[in-house]
Amino acid sequence: MTSTLLRLQELELPIHSHTFSVARFDESWRDPLSKLLGLGRAAGADLIEVFLERDHYISCMAEEDAITSIAPRLATGAGVRVFRGESDCYVSTNDLSFAGLRTALEKGLSIMGLSLPDPHSYVAEVNLELLRDYALHRGKDLWLPACSSMQEMGDILLQANRHLGQLARHVQSRRAVYFRDWQEVLVAASDGTFARDIRLTQSVACHLLCADGSHRAAIGKRIGDTSDPAFLRAWDPEADATEVAEAAGKMLYADYVESGTYPVIMANQFGGVIFHEACGHLLETTQIERQTTPFADKKGEKIAHPSLTAWDEGMTDAAFGTIDMDDEGMPAQRTLLIENGILKNFIADRAGSMRTGHPRTGSGRRQNYTFAAASRMRNTYIAPGEYTVEDLFASIDKGIYCKRMGGGSVGATGQFNFAVEEAYLIEQGKLTKPLKGATLIGEAQEIMNKISMCSQDLGLAAGFCGSISGSIYVTVGQPHIKVDAITVGGR
Amino acid sequence: MMTSLDHLADSLQAKAEHLGIHKFDIYGATVDEISVQVDRGDPKQVKASQRSSVTVRVWNAAQQTVGVTSTTDLDADGLQLALQMAQEASGFGNPEHMPDFSPAARDPLPMPRWETPPQAPAALLIDRLVEAEKALLAAHPAIKGVPYNGLAQRDIDRFYLNSQGSRRQESQSLTSIYLYSKTEQEGRKPRSAGAFRISRSLADLDIAGCLQEAADKTISHLDYQKIPTGKYTVIFSPEAFLGLLGAFSNVFNAQNILDKQSLSTPESLGQPIASPLLSIADDAQHPRNVGSITFDGEGTPTRRLEIIQAGILSHFLHSARTAQRLGSQPTGHANIGAKVTVGAHFYDVYAARQPDHPYDLAQADQVIWIDDLHALHAGVKATQGSFSLPFDGWLIQKGEKISIESATVAGDFLDVLQSIIYVDPQAELTASGVCPPIWVEGLSITGE
Repeated sequence: MTSTLLRLQELELPIHSHTFSVARFDESWRDPLSKLLGLGRAAGADLIEVFLERDHYISCMAEEDAITSIAPRLATGAGVRVFRGESDCYVSTNDLSFAGLRTALEKGLSIMGLSLPDPHSYVAEVNLELLRDYALHRGKDLWLPACSSMQEMGDILLQANRHLGQLARHVQSRRAVYFRDWQEVLVAASDGTFARDIRLTQSVACHLLCADGSHRAAIGKRIGDTSDPAFLRAWDPEADATEVAEAAGKMLYADYVESGTYPVIMANQFGGVIFHEACGHLLETTQIERQTTPFADKKGEKIAHPSLTAWDEGMTDAAFGTIDMDDEGMPAQRTLLIENGILKNFIADRAGSMRTGHPRTGSGRRQNYTFAAASRMRNTYIAPGEYTVEDLFASIDKGIYCKRMGGGSVGATGQFNFAVEEAYLIEQGKLTKPLKGATLIGEAQEIMNKISMCSQDLGLAAGFCGSISGSIYVTVGQPHIKVDAITVGGR
Repeated sequence: MMTSLDHLADSLQAKAEHLGIHKFDIYGATVDEISVQVDRGDPKQVKASQRSSVTVRVWNAAQQTVGVTSTTDLDADGLQLALQMAQEASGFGNPEHMPDFSPAARDPLPMPRWETPPQAPAALLIDRLVEAEKALLAAHPAIKGVPYNGLAQRDIDRFYLNSQGSRRQESQSLTSIYLYSKTEQEGRKPRSAGAFRISRSLADLDIAGCLQEAADKTISHLDYQKIPTGKYTVIFSPEAFLGLLGAFSNVFNAQNILDKQSLSTPESLGQPIASPLLSIADDAQHPRNVGSITFDGEGTPTRRLEIIQAGILSHFLHSARTAQRLGSQPTGHANIGAKVTVGAHFYDVYAARQPDHPYDLAQADQVIWIDDLHALHAGVKATQGSFSLPFDGWLIQKGEKISIESATVAGDFLDVLQSIIYVDPQAELTASGVCPPIWVEGLSITGE
């Protein structure tokens, strides 16, 4: 990396002001960011990273037959991260002027026991790489104006609600919600990283609450996309409303599940939340750093049933966790986590890699500029296996079929849990009656060895994941799988 | 500060008039915070942030609608753009749900009782947290780490103003610590537990108490056992009960009720919904509430509101619009937004009366103490009224506490309220309110 020597006095740049509607993060940022990073290095920091973000978010909600909320939100901000040894400091600000960024840098340096160099000293400007502009791919600069207008959002959501009203019985409330999150980011770091991207994340969901006396059922369905401005236009609200109405009808009079330990078949798509909670989080280097994963020293060892292979990647077209680059400027990768039960790789960000020695995987992610990036999942799924779905059901005399999953969590000891929204009793390989109120709990190390059968029907589903660096968009997925035994909390 | 608020109001007024906007309001906050985490004696990450955001509402007189936009761009161009976007969004508002200014937006506010202390330097925060981590690691040989820890300070400046002359502004400062330790023993499963404290300043923060509680709880979970599945009398810790109450707050949330997203209806007011032993108030001005605020997102003054009195549902939490629709008064619980939401500030749960024969933990047998409920976001079906949740806790056998290895509790929230058999007279302070231990009979526990 070559450097340019400048007098600090020459760094008294004009204040850069940026107007949301017209500004963009481009080559014009090279000069101020090179100087800012140079100042940080000259102060004694081992590495400096600057993350710039501009976000244009809008959500829309229809309740019954009215639009009850249209909420645009505009945000710009920056985060400056200062590394010194294995410690780091992260300072965020709304002020994207050079003076504002320098103030943030100065604060970060101060917290790390460093200070800006003397005004008369020489400062090595950081030579950034040629801008890697992922926004040039797939016409991303044109995405935002091609998205649905407010009028179109409202029309489509009202259409979904009409379908819900026509298809369901005992309706207490109907809701359809949509959001569009357009984000432009620029990452520059003192190792020369200089990269820009535009992300467009959209999601639409419909929810139904049915009630008949003391019987109640709440069912929802969400889909998401990361690359199609016409996503909402292409949505088939009638198909999703039909699915939700049918599920709500079945669950309205369902019995509460009887607690106990059962063999369980988990449906494909959002069923993948089991791997996300029971294993995925525990393969993040963040967990190794905290010593909260039982898999920290198990690379190359068997941690799961030989039938299980699992991936985490950012490359599946339009999937909810797909990213062209992570929030540290690294291109997305396809990371093999587990192959035939053997732990192959961890999910690593820059700091996690530095602190644990595991290679970076393009997994440094964050909700927005107020968070430092951390090792986070992208599209995470169990690979398809050799069985048919019928094979899985035929192997169970009495068990539970978990068709529609809710959210879950994993704790510091590797104990995980997640809720089941739609379940059925399996008797002699057949579904016999609907069940509700189930929560599945278990220990990560135990459950990974009990996933004994994987079918061939891999499916992905959109989800949200909350953790150390905020709430991010992810994909969970799997084919139908059989878990030989798991504790089912119920009544 | 008022000068800058007046300046902002004048600036907005001029921009609004330029855009043909005659009625608007704006709510905003600036947050200045610093937080530290440590790892085995060294700082791991320090975070500092100074950020602002505002939400602008614009009334469209012709269509009888309101449009909203929020932004972090507080310069002249950013505010103008926010007004423009809100004006555009107002074209799609719903006349039936159009809010108005709160009729209480210009009422006098309670006097703020607290000064905002200066923030402590990051180095001091790190030192204090390193000391706490060290002490926790030394508390027992089995405690091998404190994987989740943090010490944070946050200064918040909030304001509300509207085009009819309402001007509200206040500042508050909060300092908090959490310590969550983990054990490792040969042949035993790892166990963990933690504690949290909050205060107005670092000087007032009960770090020693947090440390002691985290250590005591963690050590108490070292010797654990499975429990049989069945029906038990359960004691909810203050934190656990308030967690459950918050998850099912749709019961007394007027917006949820109007949206039919509640277990209650407008006719539920005045009906018995809980044991006559139980009373619950929401009180932002509670003397033990370190996060006390004096006005809500619509500028309405906050006040104490009795929600459940001796088992009777006595008041709903209201915004200006829900109060208007239900023939009530705004209660100071509104959060401004495209759709104004309603939320509690600080619960005060207390015994309406004592039973003839009070329960005594020292005499309890085959009773489950639920200390901490997990995964409320996943295991609660708020509109169905049901829950199924993993928890940390103990089995009380003849007054002795035995840690439970792994279990879930399941039930119906309204049944829980009706099945309360004892409300302990001693309330404890938590982050979301003051509450005593609550005894509930006949809850389903899944163990082994």
